[in-house]
Formats: sequence, structure tokens, C-alpha cells
Amino acid sequence: MTNKTFTGTSSYIATDDMKMAVNAAVTLERPILIKGEPGTGKTQLAIEIASSLGRPLFEWHIKSTTKAQQGLYDYDAVARLRDSQLGDDRVHDIANYIMRGKVWDAFAADEQPVLLIDEIDKADIEFPNDLLQELDRMEFFVYETKELVSARNRPIVIITSNNEKELPDAFLRRCFFHYIKFPDSATMEKIVGVHYPNLKKDLLKEALEAFYKIRDVRGLKKKPSTSELLDWIKLLVAEDIPPEALRSGDSKSAIPPLYGALLKNEQDVHLFEQLVFLDRRTNRQ
Amino acid sequence: MKPSITELLTLLEAMKKGVAGHSVEDFYFLSRACLVKDESKFDRYDTIFAAHFQGLEDAFKALVEELPEDWLQKQAEQMLTEEERKQIEAIGGFEALMDALKQRLDEQDERHEGGNKWIGTAGTSPFGAYGYNPEGVRIGQQGSRHRNATKVWDKREYRNLDDSVELGTRNIKIALRRLRKFAREGAEDQLDLDDTIDKTARNAGLLDIRMVPERHNAIKVLLCLDIGGSMDDHVRVCEELFSASRTEFKHLEYFYFHNFVYESLWKDNRRRQAERIPTSEITHKYGPDYKLVFVGDATMSPYEIVYAGGSVEHWNEEPGAVWIKRLLTAYPKAIWLNPEPESRWGFTPSVKLTRELMNDRMFPLTLSGLDSGIKSLR
Repeated sequence: MTNKTFTGTSSYIATDDMKMAVNAAVTLERPILIKGEPGTGKTQLAIEIASSLGRPLFEWHIKSTTKAQQGLYDYDAVARLRDSQLGDDRVHDIANYIMRGKVWDAFAADEQPVLLIDEIDKADIEFPNDLLQELDRMEFFVYETKELVSARNRPIVIITSNNEKELPDAFLRRCFFHYIKFPDSATMEKIVGVHYPNLKKDLLKEALEAFYKIRDVRGLKKKPSTSELLDWIKLLVAEDIPPEALRSGDSKSAIPPLYGALLKNEQDVHLFEQLVFLDRRTNRQ
Repeated sequence: MKPSITELLTLLEAMKKGVAGHSVEDFYFLSRACLVKDESKFDRYDTIFAAHFQGLEDAFKALVEELPEDWLQKQAEQMLTEEERKQIEAIGGFEALMDALKQRLDEQDERHEGGNKWIGTAGTSPFGAYGYNPEGVRIGQQGSRHRNATKVWDKREYRNLDDSVELGTRNIKIALRRLRKFAREGAEDQLDLDDTIDKTARNAGLLDIRMVPERHNAIKVLLCLDIGGSMDDHVRVCEELFSASRTEFKHLEYFYFHNFVYESLWKDNRRRQAERIPTSEITHKYGPDYKLVFVGDATMSPYEIVYAGGSVEHWNEEPGAVWIKRLLTAYPKAIWLNPEPESRWGFTPSVKLTRELMNDRMFPLTLSGLDSGIKSLR
């Protein structure tokens, strides 16, 4: 049982609803599913929870080819075959060829760990269903050794999803859910503040204004996200761009400098340039 | 909204363990995290929550009124920042503020808005709502304009996420997996090295040969999506589905049309006027081994199909029926998927017409419809 609560850290701003969802999941020892636009800090949240609660973190990154079984354990049959040909003594104990996965590692941890299952939607659509029992009961069976592995301390399970695939209902029912909505400019100011505490106020103001203006453009294929804003500000600081340069309008370079950090495909850049052009023409009239 | 019993029990357990503290807002966040698992349902949840708690809030207020005043004051002081406390000091401290409030409540007996003294909305008086006075006491405000409100659900921030897509995308995805299988069909004529090693090892070293069918990446799909009015929701879902199975369909080409196919289609709906691709070019470019899949509700005026110049968007020299016949000649394997329920097809002449043109190969965009559609694509 944990007596600590999550309140955000010095490098991560947590909103009230986020704190509530996380603390509910920590108290009840149930998994929590985090969704949100790319770049809103879903993965970062797990890292921050682990560091703020002082718990070890196990990260399991999911790819399109990942199977649920791989998180539990792998049986290296080929190594065993080779050893049997060479007459190695290890071959008699099948346990020598069982390789632990991330979930097993987390189950075996001495103190309550944080287990991050990152981008669960990347895997096959049946993947979450294959993990139901493991996440519910926090135990699984190793068929090769006839051994039941159960968690010594129920880990805090954090699952992130980018919404690429819908998740099955049976899986959702067992999780808490939190949707990280895109931060409003006040929260965003705080977020930038914890990352760049010494940023000049006027630069921040202009940068945020330009940023939200770009996000408001209709029809962008990919809207710039928090992490992209942070990258962009880093670049602005590194290049020592004056705040005035960000002010669009009458200046010749109405497109914000270093926009490559914010707009990530040529259609978007093209669209944006067109809009800026139109905007300038209407201003001139 | 279909929360399950498990979710309700989770919520109750969380309440029991005191996760939510003792404010309505905490309860709002907690029950949302427990019961709602889809951000597109957040708005619906907000609405229900607001409706349910409308009367109860007064009960909360009554509760607060009964609290001893000094306790309330301490609470308030905890919540205020250093700066705000100073500002309160400026007008004579918390007690003075509360006294003034009482006094003015007594003096005032009608609704008030604007101004700088009376209790009401949008003013600079310390009392009322929607105001600018930092030392103000908020009375009956439905959502703050300048800071976080107590009632977040009134803001309905998630309205944009409520997409109300009716199709069960997950079910359809599972149905689409059948297309995958059929991309791997054929005689088992290749040695599967990995599986052979694996099975041999499990077999304690006795050779166990495993064969697999040759993988046919040859499945090619031409997807034509209707993008007119009522179709908008469906199209997004369909495209998502087909792009999800892109790993299997190495060759998936998609085009858009409006209501019916004519001499040109387009790939980018934003630039549908500027970048059109002639239909004849498509039939030349993509060979007859492509499978043609139309997705559309086929609901329009029959003129749009059978007459030249019938199109709602432009003047077409040749009727749509001619063009779809050309496409069907070029691609013998073709189906039409219709998101409208099959029971309604009979009422629309254009659906009947399209169905005849497709030689009855029109299927509803449902699990079973997709199933039989895929069968006829083989």
C-alpha cells in the first residue's frame, strides 16, 4: 500500500484531473490508460510518476510485431537444441532457456515498481486481450517449467495509446482512463517555464502566440505539439532570435523562423505559406 | 454510455479509500477516470454530470453555510496565494470582506449586472461572478473566464471530440483480417526455416519439417470513397480501416468521388478542383489484378447515374453508368460497400440502380456484409 500521492514534479506540470486519475490508479493498484495527441507527454508521465514516487521503472515499448508473450517470457528453443548437440549439462534444466520479459521483471521487483507499456495501440488488435489476465490478477503461468509467476508487489501499470487502433472493451473496463488534452496557453506557459526557467518573458509570449496561431490553422495534417514547441523554443534560444522576429504581420518574414521544428510535412508548410500570403494581401488592402 | 458493474465497483472502492477527497470537482474527475474510457464520450459525460448535479449543488452550498465561519476562513486562506491575501488585507481582511458581503446582500434586492458596487455579474465589485476583482467572492458563476472554474463540466471542453461515429470499427477490423489470410493463401510449398528449427528443438532434436504457403503480396486494392455530405463520417472510418490493413495490402490506392464516379476522381479532398485524376488514367495505370472496392451510400437522384450532365458538381459529358461499366470491365473483381442499413436500400431508386450496375455485388458495411463482400472478391 502506498502512502505517497502524485502531484507532478519540478519538470512536469500535472493538471488536477491527471493527478486524480493517477492517484486513483496508484491507490487501487489498477492499470491506467493514458491517451492524448502525440507529443503531450504520455510516456513522460510514467517516467515522472516513477521518479516522484521513488519507484523503479520498467519500460516495455510495443512495436507492430510485439506479442503479449514476449512481455512475459521467451523460451529459447534454439539455444537448447544447440546445447543438446554439444552435450552441455544446462540442457537438462529447461529453466535455463526461459528468458524473462519486462512484465516478469516488474513482477519480480522488490518494491512496488512502475511498469510502462508504451504505445499499446501499435501492436496487433488482439494484443490487449492477451494481457487481460496478467494485468487483472498480476500473475501468469510458465508452461515450460510449470511455474506460476505472481507479482510480489502489484506494479503501477501505465499504458499509453495514440488512438491508432481501438482497444477492446474488456480491456478498457479494467483500467482507469485519462485523456491528456492539449494544454491551454496558461498551462503551456507553466510547462515551458519548468523546462526553460530563464526564458525571456517577451520571447515566451511571442512564441506562444505564434504557436497557437499555427495550431489554429484549419486543415493541418499534423498540428504541432507540446514537445515540438519545446524543441522550437530551444532552437529560438540557441539561435538567439529576437522576440520581434516572431511577430507576424507587416514584416517580410511572416512565417515564423525555424518553422521546421513545428510543421513536419511539406503540404502543411505549403498550406501555411499560402495562408500567410493571403493574410498579408488582405492586410495591405 | 455503457459503464459496467466492474467500473462502478472500482469507483465505489476508490471512494471508500478516499481518493476523491470531498469536493464535487474531485468526484467529477474520479468518476470520469473510472467510468468513461473514450475521450469522445467526455462531452456526453459532462452533460449528464451537469444535469445530475444541478440540484445537488445547492445542497453543497447549504452544507457550506452551516460550517463555522472561522473554519471556512482558514480553508479560504489556504487556497489563496500570498499575493491574493495581501489584496484582501488591502480592503480590511477576510472578515471585512465577508461582512461587506452580508451587508450588501441585505441592501440589494434585485438582479444586477455591471457596475462596481452591487452583487451581480461582470463588474469590478468584490462580489459576483465573471468579474475582474482579484479579491472577489464568486457567486453563482457557470464557469470562469479568467481562471479555472469550480465547475469544469460546465465548460464542455471535450465537445470537439464527440464524433458520434456509428460503425463498430473494431468489429470491421476483425472482419478485414480475413483479407489478410487470403493474401497468404496457396499451396504449402516453401520451407519455413524458423518454425522448423523451433519445432525440431521442441521435438528433442528429431527433425520436424514445417512448410508454409508462399506469401502473395499480390493483393492489390483500389479503394474509391464517396466523400459527399452524409458520407463524411463513414469515409474517415473506412479509410482508417483500410490503412490499418496496409501492412497486408502492399498496394492500396484510394480515390475519392462525390455521389457517383465520372470521368475523373481525386486523391486530396482539399484540392478536389485543382488535382483531378482522369478515370481512364486510373484504369491504364492499375492493372486488372487490382480489386475494386467502392464505399458509398449510393443515395442520390437517379439522374446523377443515368444521364449526361446529371452530376451535381459539374457537367459530365457521359453518364455515370457508362463510367462505372468501364471500371467494372477493367476490374472484374469489384464490390460496393454501403454504410446504409440494407433494410433501407429498397426505398432509394439510386441504390437499386447502383446495385444493378454492380451485378448485385453491393454489401452493407457490417461484419457479415464485409465477410460476403470479401468472399465475392476472391
